[in-house]
Amino acid sequence: MSLDIRLPLGAFFTLLGVLLTGYGWATRGTPGTTPTGVPIDLIWGAALLVFGVAMLGLARRARPSSRPGPFSVSERGDDT
Amino acid sequence: MTTLSWVDYAVMALYFAFVLGIGAALRRYVRTSEDFFLSGRSIPAWVTGLAFISANLGAQEVIGMGASGAKYGIATSHFYWIGAIPAMVFIGLFMMPFYYGSRARSVPEYLKLRFDEKTRALNAVSFAIMTVFSSGISLYAMGKLLHLLLGWSFDVSILIAAGVVLAYIFLGGLTSAIYNEVLQFFLIVLGFAPLVFLGLRAVGGWSGLVSRLAEHATAGGFAPGAYTHSWAFMGHASANPVGVEWFGLVMGLGFVLSFGYWCTDFLVVQRAMAANSMTAARRTPLIAAFPKMLFPFLVILPGMLALVVSPASGVRAAAPAVSSTSTTSPTSTTSITSASAVGIVPPKVDAHGAPLRDAAGGVVLDYDLATPMLLLHFFPAGLLGLGLTALLASFMSGMAGNVTAFNTVWTYDLYQSYVRPGAPDAHYLAMGRWATVAGVAISIAAAYVAASFNNIMDFLQLVFAFVNAPLFATFALGMFWKRTTGHGAFAGLVAGTLAAAVHHGLSLPAGAAVGVKGGYLGVVTTFPSELAQTFWTAIVAWVTCFVVTIVVSLFTRPRAPDELRGLVYGLTRQPVDTAAPWYERPVALAVVVLAVTLVLNAVFF
Repeated sequence: MSLDIRLPLGAFFTLLGVLLTGYGWATRGTPGTTPTGVPIDLIWGAALLVFGVAMLGLARRARPSSRPGPFSVSERGDDT
Repeated sequence: MTTLSWVDYAVMALYFAFVLGIGAALRRYVRTSEDFFLSGRSIPAWVTGLAFISANLGAQEVIGMGASGAKYGIATSHFYWIGAIPAMVFIGLFMMPFYYGSRARSVPEYLKLRFDEKTRALNAVSFAIMTVFSSGISLYAMGKLLHLLLGWSFDVSILIAAGVVLAYIFLGGLTSAIYNEVLQFFLIVLGFAPLVFLGLRAVGGWSGLVSRLAEHATAGGFAPGAYTHSWAFMGHASANPVGVEWFGLVMGLGFVLSFGYWCTDFLVVQRAMAANSMTAARRTPLIAAFPKMLFPFLVILPGMLALVVSPASGVRAAAPAVSSTSTTSPTSTTSITSASAVGIVPPKVDAHGAPLRDAAGGVVLDYDLATPMLLLHFFPAGLLGLGLTALLASFMSGMAGNVTAFNTVWTYDLYQSYVRPGAPDAHYLAMGRWATVAGVAISIAAAYVAASFNNIMDFLQLVFAFVNAPLFATFALGMFWKRTTGHGAFAGLVAGTLAAAVHHGLSLPAGAAVGVKGGYLGVVTTFPSELAQTFWTAIVAWVTCFVVTIVVSLFTRPRAPDELRGLVYGLTRQPVDTAAPWYERPVALAVVVLAVTLVLNAVFF
């Protein structure tokens, strides 16, 4: 199949990570945001962000077009 | 009732955008019916492996295993370490060569190739009916839960969830379902992992959980370790909260029910059939086994934690208001006082909001709310959106699994075989899309039937259990004994199903009333628990099917060996995987899976 699942997977978790980290940062210190003393939105948002970026990295590495070189354009697959 | 913040809605919106986007992006790759129903057999093993596990990771699993965790403790892990892993290894190593190698497009089609038309028809019809009804039951459960927790409209919740599932399967077929199942898999894992982390942290880690559950166990009349040991108290049914002894557990759950589901259910087998090679198809259930054996920590622990966390320890200190109304007649909303709850697991309530009590006067807990309550308890705005989206994802992946299996069996095994054979491929592709619409529509209708007549659904699930129980005997004999005949298989299946019904009708779990729970033919024997009755019914069905199939086969004419090539052990070339690195070989994976499972059983013995 011509669509690499890691691409939407990576994009989804990257956006989700950005959203949660941002929200966690903006609301830090507000009562009711740190269950058992852990700023969980911030920490878990960052974890999701790392996961998403790693997936995007894997997807990019698997694509021939990511190789540097003068012929990279002609090497591009049909999986855009 | 809990009110969500904008950030929670944003997480859900992001999820919906991606699942629909994946369906839309895959639309242009669907050109033939094989693309639609079997993903053109082109998907890598790690993707089919995660889809294999995710299609099964429906709401019944996430909510139900949490509920069982609260009810039975860590012994619930038997549903994984005994009740799934061995069967998943077996299908990968021994059965996949026949499913994938025969080029059958569905499990019923394999039965037609191996046996005859009537065996296929029996399996196809019962399977098609079962899948749409299961999907309807899970839709009903979702609508009810969202209404209870968030006050959302039952109608709107199920229409939106069903509409989204319909849209992405209609567009991208099985590939779309599989890709979304991978997304849903990661969402469920990453959505529930912080719940377990926060829960364990609040009770003082595993040792804290053990000591708190010890109090709970002794209060219930069990040994202190009964909720935190999986095997130690299985010697006698009365010594453990599950109410089952080890033999019934291993044979009924570990052998009959588990192999019957994992090795013959087209819902999961379809994912492996979509793999891009024989080795990939064989690796599919083995790759799936790795996350599967760790799932107890993700789905069972929340239930156990819900039983012992202090109601004051969460981010929403006040006990959540829980609507006591049925979904069809919203009349009143009652706040459950923490007095009758255990931990944060609320009691079941009657129409007036009073807690239900059993015959002994004890409060009946609503275990199905254990995991959802823990989500509300620990997750602040933001993460709550993630947790609820993970819950939605589990409902949707389970439903999509049912719908894709239904549209394939309907189109290939029923429509193409009996209604309109010989049409051009484009016709069957279109039929597949319309079958998807019909499957979703019937699911919605079934959800409303479940909402109005709960007993009908209990009855249907009972009938499904009777139909499923003998299946593995038929497949095992069909694949490994070339003398098995079509008449034998058909007679065995019918006899096994009847035997299950008769056994169930003659037995009753302790404390239950005669009716849908059994005893309708006269109570000859009683079981210590409903699970024990279920396991023994399955054993009786399996043995009956096994014996009847053999006897009838010996008296009927077998097919010529030439007709059985690729379908039966001994007449099929066994796949050899010497070229791949060791960690990609099915046998090596199987050894690792079994070794780790053994270690897990030993650790929680």
